[in-house]
Amino acid sequence: MMKTAESSRIYGLVAEFDSSEALLKAAEQVRDAGYTATDAFSPIPVHGLTDALGVRPSRLSSLVLMGGLTGACVGLGLQAWVSILAYPHIISGKPLFSWPSFFPVVFECTVLFAAGSAVFGMLIRNRLPQPYHPVFSTPHFEKATTDGFFLCIQANDPKYDGQETMAFLKGLRAIEVTEVERHPDDEDKS
Amino acid sequence: MAAEPATKALGHEEMTAVIAEGHSFETVTDKISKISLTPTLPRQIILFGLIGLMLMGALMTSVAMLVVKGTGVWGINQPIGWGFAIINFVWWIGIGHAGTLISAILFLFRQEWRTSINRFAESMTIFAVMCAGLFPLLHVGRPWLAYWLFPYPNVMQMWPQFRSPLMWDVFAVSTYFSVSLLFWYTGLIPDLATLRDRAKSKLARIGYGMASMGWRGSARHWQRYEVAYLLLAGLSTPLVISVHSIVSLDFAVSVIPGWHTTIFPPYFVAGAIFSGFAMVLTLAIPVRHLFGLKDLITLNHLNNISKVMLATGLMVLYGYGMEVFFAWYSGNQYEGYMMFKNRMTGPYWWSYWALIFCNGVVPQLLWIKKIRITPLPLFVISIVINIGMWLERFVIVVTSLHRDFLPSSWGMYAPTKWDWGLYLGTIGMFMFLMTLFIKFLPIISQFEVRELLHKKKHANGHHE
Repeated sequence: MMKTAESSRIYGLVAEFDSSEALLKAAEQVRDAGYTATDAFSPIPVHGLTDALGVRPSRLSSLVLMGGLTGACVGLGLQAWVSILAYPHIISGKPLFSWPSFFPVVFECTVLFAAGSAVFGMLIRNRLPQPYHPVFSTPHFEKATTDGFFLCIQANDPKYDGQETMAFLKGLRAIEVTEVERHPDDEDKS
Repeated sequence: MAAEPATKALGHEEMTAVIAEGHSFETVTDKISKISLTPTLPRQIILFGLIGLMLMGALMTSVAMLVVKGTGVWGINQPIGWGFAIINFVWWIGIGHAGTLISAILFLFRQEWRTSINRFAESMTIFAVMCAGLFPLLHVGRPWLAYWLFPYPNVMQMWPQFRSPLMWDVFAVSTYFSVSLLFWYTGLIPDLATLRDRAKSKLARIGYGMASMGWRGSARHWQRYEVAYLLLAGLSTPLVISVHSIVSLDFAVSVIPGWHTTIFPPYFVAGAIFSGFAMVLTLAIPVRHLFGLKDLITLNHLNNISKVMLATGLMVLYGYGMEVFFAWYSGNQYEGYMMFKNRMTGPYWWSYWALIFCNGVVPQLLWIKKIRITPLPLFVISIVINIGMWLERFVIVVTSLHRDFLPSSWGMYAPTKWDWGLYLGTIGMFMFLMTLFIKFLPIISQFEVRELLHKKKHANGHHE
């Protein structure tokens, strides 16, 4: 009974490393040891880090493609509907569906919808905005946006075991390993 | 690679570096974020902002005057219905184009030197497009009805006319502004998180914290972020070319001699980039001096910007040449009259030759390497080009319109004080917004500079 209460209070273990290379190496070892509920934090995008953590490639680009195609259909549909059905007028002797002159607006709508999908898709898939996150209580975590590199193994990982995972992370030449707690309001969840 | 003699004299390092030696993640981050987190600003910047604020007073007054009295307070008349409003609209929107070029096109080409100027240039884009947007909005005469431009179901049962370039403009400019804003903000998110983590005051921490949306540099987040950023760059590249092409179609689709030319879209795009890079220099030279950013915005940057200006300047000059050639080669008497009897030797001859001087003659100085890497002459040249590009739009709008096909409908155009008030007012708004940006936001993209440092370290240290 005590153990479940204890583990629901803990978010996970966060280890700090001094360089992106050390973080990358550690992430590979953590993955090879079989941990899956992991994340890393760095002030720059570290190439290969998501592979090292075993994260699947992002599918954002297909979302953007769909957004762009939607935009194109909306742009063309709007102009066609307005010009043929809602407000049919012959202008400079052109047919009602004079598609070449609709092209600029179709293009602009494509770009607008695609760009919106890229940004809002990225934010929603990243679950941002999220002003509070348990890892923010890690000591020195403010360095994660300047020159600190952090690796986290979450307590909900099936392989997670307080003592053992701590020892494992320390063995990866981390500068410091800290047990991070959830916010008291968050304890009941998950 | 053999160093050229001129390079040697300056020190090869100094010339080729996109970032000076001896910097670490900590030092570059500190240097850039200090500008936003220090409560004081250099006196010159405060003065710059105050002048901007004062000119904004002129903007407010001119707008109020226009709203109360109508477009009759401007110098526009028959046959010159476009006047300052369109000249300034095209001028501002052209200036904006350099920001997108630097942030998107140079990103796709992996031009590392873009990193320390892209944020600055992107902000310039946002503010320039805001200034640009004001002009057509006010030019409609009853700006409170400007929403009629957008297609929406209404009780009048009317819809916009999608075969008109003016309608394309509405979509192009509003898309351009929205996408530029998204691009700019996306780039800012990690940097706002840096400011949040470095800020001392509680208010700043909360403000930057909210604005950064709780960015924590997670590997999963970075992965999607990089995809989104790359795609935005890919989308902005054709967008920026489309916007000024569409602006040029406002002119070229008409049958007015002097406007009805197929060279217009490429020549407008080149002119936009030309004027935008000039504005980047006008702003970057004082800023790098005042904030001691000479090791981030190096002489190499100035050299590269100058080369882009020289290249686009030559394209613009080619455009001027082609206009003359078309007028002669077409054999059309109206085209020929417009070019030789009106533009070159008519009542506005001075504006045409001043334009050729500013955009054709002066930029040729940039062939000289010594000038490309000396801030003061570059600053002067950049101002001359800004004026030249404004004159270009004056020549296109005014000289083409003021002599209609029949001499009975000829006229002359002179701006009134309200035209000037509005124009100077938007310059003030631009200056003021720029000051706010310098004060509150990181003027150089911090995470990209860190990435650049990381890449450099790898290139020097390891052999992959």
